[in-house]
Amino acid sequence: MSAPTIAVVTAGLSEPSSTALLADRLLEAVQARLRPTGAEARAVRIDLRGLAHGIADHLTMGFPSGKLAAALDALRGADAVIAVTPTFKASYTGLFKSFWDLVEDGELDGVPTLLAATGGTARHSLMIDVAMRPLFAYLRADAVPTGVFAATDDFGADESLQRRIDRAAGELAERIRRRTGEPAHDVAPAAAPAGPAEPGAVETRSAAGEELSPAPRPLRSEETAPGDPALTAPSGDESSPDPARAASGTASHRTAHRASGLPPLRVTPFEQLLRQ
Amino acid sequence: MQIGIFSVGDVTQDPTDGTTPTEHERIKATVAIARKAEEIGLDVFAVGQHHNPPFATSSPTTTLAYIAAQTERIMLSTSTTLITTTDPVRIAEDYGMLQHLADGRTDLMLGRGNTGPVYPWFGKDIRQGVPLAIENYNLLHRLWHEEVVNWSGRFRTPLQSFTLSPQPLDGVAPFVWHGSIRTPEIAEQAAYYGDGFFHNNIFWNKEFTGQMIDLYRERYEHYGHGAADQAIVGLGGQFFMRRNAQEARREFRPYFDNAPVYGHGPTMEDFTDQTPLTVGSPQEVIEKTLSFREYAGDYQRQLFLVDHAGLPLKTVLEQLDLFGEEVLPTLRREFDAARPAHVPEAPTHASLVERRRAGADPVPGGREDSPAGEARRAERDHQAGQEPGAERERGTAARTRETDQERPATRTEETR
Repeated sequence: MSAPTIAVVTAGLSEPSSTALLADRLLEAVQARLRPTGAEARAVRIDLRGLAHGIADHLTMGFPSGKLAAALDALRGADAVIAVTPTFKASYTGLFKSFWDLVEDGELDGVPTLLAATGGTARHSLMIDVAMRPLFAYLRADAVPTGVFAATDDFGADESLQRRIDRAAGELAERIRRRTGEPAHDVAPAAAPAGPAEPGAVETRSAAGEELSPAPRPLRSEETAPGDPALTAPSGDESSPDPARAASGTASHRTAHRASGLPPLRVTPFEQLLRQ
Repeated sequence: MQIGIFSVGDVTQDPTDGTTPTEHERIKATVAIARKAEEIGLDVFAVGQHHNPPFATSSPTTTLAYIAAQTERIMLSTSTTLITTTDPVRIAEDYGMLQHLADGRTDLMLGRGNTGPVYPWFGKDIRQGVPLAIENYNLLHRLWHEEVVNWSGRFRTPLQSFTLSPQPLDGVAPFVWHGSIRTPEIAEQAAYYGDGFFHNNIFWNKEFTGQMIDLYRERYEHYGHGAADQAIVGLGGQFFMRRNAQEARREFRPYFDNAPVYGHGPTMEDFTDQTPLTVGSPQEVIEKTLSFREYAGDYQRQLFLVDHAGLPLKTVLEQLDLFGEEVLPTLRREFDAARPAHVPEAPTHASLVERRRAGADPVPGGREDSPAGEARRAERDHQAGQEPGAERERGTAARTRETDQERPATRTEETR
């Protein structure tokens, strides 16, 4: 199994941040569970505090730039997401929501996602289920059943936070394994995968990543377009039957001036548009 | 290279003194700006179409006909004509009348419009924006190229034995530009018909603009209308200048900071860094504009936005005078010197008449000997089950081709 990439999105505002601390513990727990499969999961940290200006500029200007563009690209290239926010006024923070508002529809489709939050007291702990879960359901992320809420006193001696972390991390690791086509080691698959299986997805991505940095997510909604040579992959690997690979080739072919932070452009042949 | 200006027609408060022009003043100012554009020697003047405040420009052909009567040389166009909510039969009629009255000094740019509530006022739905643009233009194209049209579709009452009146001047339809900021379907549409593609890049970075234009150019070549670098491309632009750059920045800053669209957002410095906006000296405007070629290739039409954000008419006219004296001659010289001989100029009525005479009008979807035509034949052969070797190989290749039909974006878009 090649190394999956986990995007860790945190919305903590103070320094040091208990939200970032919770994110660290979740990441470590997920990495520990993936290690027996021989892959060290790579983590990409997206700390929203440092992107606050970029997020506001994108909202007013319409396109991403600088560090925010790089963060959106990193998210697009990730195999899984750990999303952690403080609880403000009975919900996630405005900054957290503003960031996800800038993620294009479809980009998180079926992506294993762990939801976690911090808050002053455990009285807010349902926030994950009543506020975060609908947001990620809209994004069609594959959110694991266990959300991890850490109140201030959870950081004390009580072991129950670690148990929740372990449980959620196990669920996320299992989904990452399924997506990357690796058989499960310590957990039997409990249910069918949410989307169509994508064998070799990670391999495809890293192969494309050599030409295009950062790599686009392999396409899930590919359909063959008969009769359109411009939409095939450029030559070089004619024997490859992998549609995702061919599509990645198309993307790189199309995007000599790739706009960072935005998805590659795709075209539907006009005859097909006319028929629709 | 055609160089001109385009207006959105917004009625906006001047942030420096709190005054707002009346709709009447704004409409008359638009005419004054158009006359100034002709006076300084610009090639194109374009107005928008909007049906909601704060815009005062619901009837572009009325405005353009009035301007046509007071000008002699300048080409009159739109930025944009709403192909989604305007009946294509009325577009064919209105712009046909305009074309006759203006002796062919007209073309038009189609856009979808990004304001959801406007659509139902005209019996339409913004969620159908792209299908509307596709079906409506398909009809408009037929109305302008076939004498008797029998047609039926999803969005409009059918036409039986319909003959457009007036028919296009000299049998040649006004040239059509398709405007879009981030919808690949529209770039594809422009390429399919061999029409022009205008990217209103004024709120976008060059990487993204370049990507959209590349897509259009590649597909233009695919449909066999010419090589990729011969596709017909237009770009937006935006400037505020004074002979003294510091003075320009000081004077424009309050307009920038309060402008519709980008005001209260990024700093003027960040925005000028990342978008086509120049605020500074005429030399800076020249340098920035000439740099568009680096990511758009040799293109045919450059339109600047000069009359927005509450700038008073007097200032706009001063901007144009300065542009005519200090910028326009250099831009013309430099663009012409840089353009290779095989890259065409922007179409005019005369060049379109010539093209028609030569039998070189583009065929929608490409002729049979274009790459698109070849692919269609291969696919037909494949479906018919023909087995000769070469045909079969092509058919097999066609089957594995990929596309993606995901909708590109949920955020607002289109020319504003």
